[in-house]
Amino acid sequence: MSRRGEGGVPVPLLVPALLGIAFLVLPLLGLVIRAPWSSIGPQLAQQEVGQALRLSLFSATVATVVSLLLGVPIAWVLARSRIRGRSVLRALVTVPLVLPPVVGGVALFLVIGRQGILGRPLYEHLGVSIPFTTTAVVIAETFVAMPFLVISVEGALRAADARFEDAAATLGADRWTTFRRVTLPLVAPGVAAGAVLCWARALGEFGATITFAGNFPGTTQTMPLAVYLALQRDPEAAIVLSLVLLAVSLGTLLLLRDRWLGRSAVV
Amino acid sequence: MKRLLTLAVLLVLSACGGTAADAGTGSSSAGTSSGGELTGTLTVFAAASLTDVFGDLGDQLEKQNPRLHVQFNFAGSSALATQLTQGAPADVFASANEKQMTVVTDAGLQAADPTVFTENVLEIAVPAGNPGKVTGLADFGDADLTLALCATDVPCGAAAQAVFADAGITAKPDTEEEDVKAALTKVQLGEVDAALVYATDVRAAGSGVEGISFPEAEQEVNDYPICVLAAAPNPDAAQAFLDLVTSDAGRRALTAAGFRTP
Repeated sequence: MSRRGEGGVPVPLLVPALLGIAFLVLPLLGLVIRAPWSSIGPQLAQQEVGQALRLSLFSATVATVVSLLLGVPIAWVLARSRIRGRSVLRALVTVPLVLPPVVGGVALFLVIGRQGILGRPLYEHLGVSIPFTTTAVVIAETFVAMPFLVISVEGALRAADARFEDAAATLGADRWTTFRRVTLPLVAPGVAAGAVLCWARALGEFGATITFAGNFPGTTQTMPLAVYLALQRDPEAAIVLSLVLLAVSLGTLLLLRDRWLGRSAVV
Repeated sequence: MKRLLTLAVLLVLSACGGTAADAGTGSSSAGTSSGGELTGTLTVFAAASLTDVFGDLGDQLEKQNPRLHVQFNFAGSSALATQLTQGAPADVFASANEKQMTVVTDAGLQAADPTVFTENVLEIAVPAGNPGKVTGLADFGDADLTLALCATDVPCGAAAQAVFADAGITAKPDTEEEDVKAALTKVQLGEVDAALVYATDVRAAGSGVEGISFPEAEQEVNDYPICVLAAAPNPDAAQAFLDLVTSDAGRRALTAAGFRTP
């Protein structure tokens, strides 16, 4: 048996791969090198840091759950249904990917803001106002992050062998049962990968959040917002906060991979 | 570490300066051509509150010098100061407060001492019709109103904090915005009942926003310093722009936009 280690990677792939890795990792290394390690303790002890971190993890997780509940069905519709205008639908669903997040935030105001199309009756009749609340953070993050999940799951659905579903149908299963018992287990790794991508994007979300949810410690100030504002005052504090966010997100992803997703997962 | 960074910045800046000087001898040179006409590109880093006035003054300078292109980087003063100390190439820096100008001068980036060219005071901005029935600074202590302030890390927020401290009011904002335009946008969209911004921002916002001036604002008048940068790739155009800003025409434009003459 021949070993298939690094020696097995063809040079035309190895060189650009190494360049690409350097390109992605060096900025990270820059943060680590420039970090003021001596003052890292006092920086972390600040109450606002813990607050922002907890809020970030909470809101990104809720946004991912919402994205799973809404996004997997969207992906199924895009990949499996025969409704007309699917390509238009796909383009529309992925609009948040190209929309500058700040514009996304303004767009959310126009729909569910206090003066928005849906938000105005909500505010005037029920006294419910969504902007500047933690709910607004989750909504902004979901808006920006869900397309990542939809694209991943749709790709997995297209790559999955449809004959299993046909077989299930032949054996008398209806489409909902087929989806639950056959399709979903088949594309589980794709769903997991999409969820991770979605969670990571939600965790790093800045533009739509600061626009639609504003910035208030404990309620709407997530880590990226805290980093941005720290940068206005104390760049070293901003580096520390960025590293905390990176460490926590990497740690979470690695832990998830080991615990639940197994080795076959596409994470 | 800090000294090392400063050194690196200086190296980058001197490298920029060198390139510009070299380019000056070429045919598509920056700076003054034989006829005294300005050419090349002028890069101005200016506080976001100067967007409209400086845009107009830039147009004027371009009209007088058809071969000159004026480009602006409008942002919060602290963001601009950070960019400059990190080596961003620019000809002119206009800050919305002394503090951020000091960041730049402490790094030794100025060509000459900064001049204060204008002043700005805080004003309460409310959506047209004043739905929250805001009358004065004391309303910012009302938890039932939806209120926006600038974050204390940025100049408008620092000024607001000082005004509240002077007046003995505990402000109860719902959001601390990253800059003054973001705070104003929320007023324009009608999403907050009031925000504390500058008089000039209210003036620039047009009919969708009403301004309420308040006496406590006089405690925190904001000075705007401007300077040409030592590493300016286009020092002649930079000086011309600074002269225009401090000229009578410049003052008139500033006054029309709601600024005050120092």
